[in-house]
Amino acid sequence: MRIRAFTAFLAVSVAMPFAAHATDLEVTHWWTSGGEAAAVAELAKAFDATGNHWVDGAIAGSGGTARPIMISRITGGDPMGATQFNHGRQAEELVQSGLMRDLTDVAEKGKWKDVIKPQSLLASCTINGKIYCAPVNIHSWQWLWLSNEAFKKAGVEVPKNWNEFVAAGPALKKAGIQPLALGGQPWQANGLFDALVISVGGTDLYNKVYKDKDAKVAAGPDMAKIFEAADQARQLAKGSNVQDWNQATNLVLTGKAGGQIMGDWAQGEFQIANKKAGTDYTCLPGLGLNQTLTTGGDAFYFPLLKDAEKSKAQEVLAATIVDPKTQVAFNLKKGSVPIRGDVDLATANDCMKKGIAIIAKGGVATSTDQLISADTQKQKEDLMSEFFNTSISVKDAQKRFVSLIEAAD
Amino acid sequence: MAKSVAPGRPNQFLRNLNSKIACIPMMLTALVIFLGGTVWTVIYSFTNSKLLPRATFVGFDQYERLWAASRWIISIQNLAIYGVLCLIFSLLIGFVLAALMDQKIRFENTFRTIFLYPFALSFIVTGLVWQWVLNPEYGVQGVVRSLGWESFTFDPLYTPEIVIYGILIAGLWQGTGLVMCLMLAGLRGIDEDIWKAARVDGIPMWKTYIFIVIPMMRPVFITTLVLIASGIVKLYDLVVAQTSGGPGNASEVPAKYVYDYMFQAQNLGQGFAASTMMLLTVAIIVVPWAYLEFGGRKRV
Repeated sequence: MRIRAFTAFLAVSVAMPFAAHATDLEVTHWWTSGGEAAAVAELAKAFDATGNHWVDGAIAGSGGTARPIMISRITGGDPMGATQFNHGRQAEELVQSGLMRDLTDVAEKGKWKDVIKPQSLLASCTINGKIYCAPVNIHSWQWLWLSNEAFKKAGVEVPKNWNEFVAAGPALKKAGIQPLALGGQPWQANGLFDALVISVGGTDLYNKVYKDKDAKVAAGPDMAKIFEAADQARQLAKGSNVQDWNQATNLVLTGKAGGQIMGDWAQGEFQIANKKAGTDYTCLPGLGLNQTLTTGGDAFYFPLLKDAEKSKAQEVLAATIVDPKTQVAFNLKKGSVPIRGDVDLATANDCMKKGIAIIAKGGVATSTDQLISADTQKQKEDLMSEFFNTSISVKDAQKRFVSLIEAAD
Repeated sequence: MAKSVAPGRPNQFLRNLNSKIACIPMMLTALVIFLGGTVWTVIYSFTNSKLLPRATFVGFDQYERLWAASRWIISIQNLAIYGVLCLIFSLLIGFVLAALMDQKIRFENTFRTIFLYPFALSFIVTGLVWQWVLNPEYGVQGVVRSLGWESFTFDPLYTPEIVIYGILIAGLWQGTGLVMCLMLAGLRGIDEDIWKAARVDGIPMWKTYIFIVIPMMRPVFITTLVLIASGIVKLYDLVVAQTSGGPGNASEVPAKYVYDYMFQAQNLGQGFAASTMMLLTVAIIVVPWAYLEFGGRKRV
């Protein structure tokens, strides 16, 4: 009797997957914080509504942990249905070696060339004239998030730009508040530094260093100023013993830290905690200085699959991602800017509106993920995480930065 | 070949044929996977392979870059500190625990289980446990401060200079139990009569241990040494779980450098160069030792 029940159970468990008519598509991503998970749920909902089934393959531990897993699954012959990457060069070689799927048909049907703005987003998806990814959102790094409560406690006015923030540092410290929150993961220190380069140093300097890879400029006095600014940031960030970015954001949320330089995805955390822009927290795009945002972001790539049904589902997913309705629902939760200019974001909050306005005005630059290879990015991360956690001198750091830019590709 | 098959003598090749056939799968695994993989890695470390291997040779470029990277140097230093201290302390603590356990104490089984228990945990779990224990707000420091000693500071995982010792503590906690068990087995293997003879001669106990028992336990020590050493070289998951290399690069180790550059930086060439250096280091230590240990015996 027991054996028969067991056999029945086995039979059912084998038959189960076939019972579902909808095509299952596994989608891997690294969106695991509160705001991110809420945004992913919107994507999944929209995809399920098309009669398919979204199988969530979230990988915790940020992109640095997730990407190797995704890549090894694709190169190892166990591809998922779709996967997130940051826009740009992370999946470059996968595409070149023919492991990824060409989406040009879907893109033409959806008129991606006309609706996606800025065009640089689609350009990073395009390799040899073919489109290989569906951009989901625009993210920019150059945001300073401030806790109004913390500044009130310290008895200083909420700063209007990075320089005022640095000046307010001692007052914050005196009040027992951590001036700058910075998570321990290397990519965060790296992103902070790049934000300083473009916001404090200007778009020109940024392009010369990262786009042209001009070692002379990297060794020059303008860059030296950036390293000085980074040194100030390092003093202000001393003592924030957290690892993940959302833990650091949480310090700002709860008024334990004065501010954080983090991409606009931090917005999602404030949203979920029901905080109001302007009264509870303040956001300064371009760190309140240079009103330019880099337009990196996330995109979905689709590995080449043999299963015809799944391939069809991939097309549906790609179209769903770019669909205006999905764009609004997803980006409101995520705190990022939609990839198309023709959607209505009346419900967006003040911070998002500021970002959208800057991008609409043309204050855009290409993100570092698109400009430099993952290899150079990693070396930069190594340098920055060492810089922010030890006391290596500004001069030494710049010297190493120069040799890194010299060898960059 | 023909010469070796002398008439009248059994063919050397055909002797124990069954066992030789049984060994073929293992021999193939060793040759193809271990040796083949190693050779392939070394060869490709001279290429500029990025995400996928490609055979464009660039000479020693990857090695030059490797030794110019401060993170690699820090990794090597960390491994050296961890390695030396881990070897000394796990042997020392393991042996002392085993010697104490050997005094015919009560509840020996209970103690043995307690000491061996950490070894049943993976390095990831160990790392996470110790990350909490050493967390300044919730761990040891927090507890001592809440008892009233406000200025007490103990946060190795957040201090770049001593972070590697924080990892060492966790590594020792996990590993000494096994060393103790091996040592205990070795001690039990010593004939009671030797102890009796030593006692008759009036040799104090500590002298008996150092001059008689330990030299007799040489095989056990060698086994233990090999086990500890291989654990040291592959140190990776403990660091990832406890500090993920931080603060900054202060607790990076070579294995993590290899992984990060191969998969995060999408630069296989650099990762291969680093792993080849690890292999070379191990070879430099192991080959002379193996020669002395196994090669020398034949001549005796």
